[in-house]
Amino acid sequence: MVIDIKGLQFRWQPSAPLVLAIEDLTVAPGERLFIKGASGSGKSTLLSLIAGVTTAAVGSVRVIDHALEQLGSVERDHFRADHIGYIFQMFNLIPYLSVVDNVTLPCRFSARRRNKARSRGRGLDAEARRLLQHLDMDHADLHQRAVATLSVGQQQRVAAARALIGSPELLIADEPTSSLDADRRESFIRLLFDECRASGATLVFVSHDASLEHLFDRVIDLAVVNRSL
Amino acid sequence: MAILSLAWKSLLNRRFTALLTLVSIALSVTLLVGVERLRTEARSSFANTLSGTDLIVGARSGPVQLLLYSVFRIGDATNNLSWESYQDIAAHPKVAWTVPISLGDSHREFRVLGTTEAYFEHYRYGRDRRLSFEEGQPFSDLYDAVLGAEVADTLGYQIGDAIIVAHGAGEVSFAKHDDKPFRVLGILERTGTPVDRTVHVSLEAIEAIHVDWQSGAPIPGLSISADQARAMDLTPKAITAFLVGLESKIATFQVQRFVNEYPEEPLLAILPGVALSQLWDLIGVAENALLIVSAFVVVVGLFGMLTALLTSLNERRREMAILRSVGARPGHVFALIMGEAGFLTLLGVLSGMALLYLALIVGQPLIESRFGIFVPIGGPTPYEWVLLGAVIAAGFLVGSIPSYRAYRLSLADGLAVRI
Repeated sequence: MVIDIKGLQFRWQPSAPLVLAIEDLTVAPGERLFIKGASGSGKSTLLSLIAGVTTAAVGSVRVIDHALEQLGSVERDHFRADHIGYIFQMFNLIPYLSVVDNVTLPCRFSARRRNKARSRGRGLDAEARRLLQHLDMDHADLHQRAVATLSVGQQQRVAAARALIGSPELLIADEPTSSLDADRRESFIRLLFDECRASGATLVFVSHDASLEHLFDRVIDLAVVNRSL
Repeated sequence: MAILSLAWKSLLNRRFTALLTLVSIALSVTLLVGVERLRTEARSSFANTLSGTDLIVGARSGPVQLLLYSVFRIGDATNNLSWESYQDIAAHPKVAWTVPISLGDSHREFRVLGTTEAYFEHYRYGRDRRLSFEEGQPFSDLYDAVLGAEVADTLGYQIGDAIIVAHGAGEVSFAKHDDKPFRVLGILERTGTPVDRTVHVSLEAIEAIHVDWQSGAPIPGLSISADQARAMDLTPKAITAFLVGLESKIATFQVQRFVNEYPEEPLLAILPGVALSQLWDLIGVAENALLIVSAFVVVVGLFGMLTALLTSLNERRREMAILRSVGARPGHVFALIMGEAGFLTLLGVLSGMALLYLALIVGQPLIESRFGIFVPIGGPTPYEWVLLGAVIAAGFLVGSIPSYRAYRLSLADGLAVRI
């Protein structure tokens, strides 16, 4: 299993109310999972737990055969750098880096992804450009532009390329399409699917937008899974 | 290191504010090291107001008082010393040369100093520099005068001009030696020492203008003309002080004791270097104050950096979350901000020093001609290295405040993007 959550209970402080309680949640390798959740359903907390930014006091969160609660914070940061690609809702890019530098950013923190990105026998920048090309960002002049001048859709595709570089096993996308207009959403998701398939990555896609559900292998409603609600 | 190249790119992205911060640090460093360098040179220039002289001898009083009137022409001697004592000490076997000094008269606000040609030969200032003439030559005739540079500049005198010496040292004097005018024969180059503010005449001339005077006033009914005075014996009866050069410095204390224990009259011999540094300790408080003020300017410059970095943090919380999402540890976030502070401080110190050297290259001739202080353009002295090290350390210390705050923020925010 890529993700295996058992008996999870999470609260911010020992005395605070329960935010998240998940009895059993598993995600198989290569699966494309849609997690549906309105704001306040605990989805940010769930993503933080899967990404290893926070840990739960009760229950276990295993991601790619690592029990995250047993790792120290530095190890979890390493783990995230090595195995997880993450796409935010919007403004995903570091403003002072070029498009290509933004894409290769994870390789600065993970030797594993750096080596994997280079395994095609090319340099990091070439690999970044290859990914950008696959995501319909194949104009060379786009790669030179300041990221702030890119359109929102272009920015999200750069973010996708960054999440994909060095082939991490797990891709987490936190409402990546909410800032795109309707017809661009589907094409963005299809591009994402293609790349996940090519690299064998598992995709966890979180959104409150039910109109995208039908594209995915499996749909989970967090409001149902989260027993704390 | 990867995070430092991020810090560098981040600074370039905010190059306008970064440049302002950089300039304020650079200027404060220029000021700090510039003040330190000027202060050191002013001190050594002061200590070298009179160099090459081993002893100053005068009537017995305090060392600083003797120094003040004989070298700085400030205040008056309580007593003169007799010509016989002077001759006696000058004949001491260890004494190589002497320069007699006779003070008491003035021209406008400048003191008149009676001396011999030995003055122009033996007087040294700075690092063994001798007096040189901008124009003219040492006095040869009885009524010749040699002016210091500032005297000539202030009063607009040229070679050949006639000047009248007034009796006493007051700025406004009613008793003038107007029956015996002097002719300007030489003007000295600027030295940055009290020599610039002195009118030099011969010892005999001092004697000549006083032949018909007694107790500070003309003797009633007695008038001896300038030409009549030439025929008289003008050997002085007393002088104010004299400078002594010795055959060997080893004899300094021996001759000093000889003078201080001189049986015929109470005399005092001082070592000019020692007395000058005693005097500097009295007035040197100001230079320390100046250094402290410029240190505070550096602190203000660094606070500018602190403000710039702290105010940028809030708008950079998203950037922190993105970095965390790609695997950056909170420690990396700390290093990112610290790297920016470090670049700003180091570049500030470097450009501050560059600015200082530029200013020195441009200002060196000006400072030397105006103040007689030669500021050498050399590498930083050990003390300047200490100052620069302190600035860099303070920069890192100040930088650790926003860095720590960014560290706490990224720990608390995690991947949550807050604005």
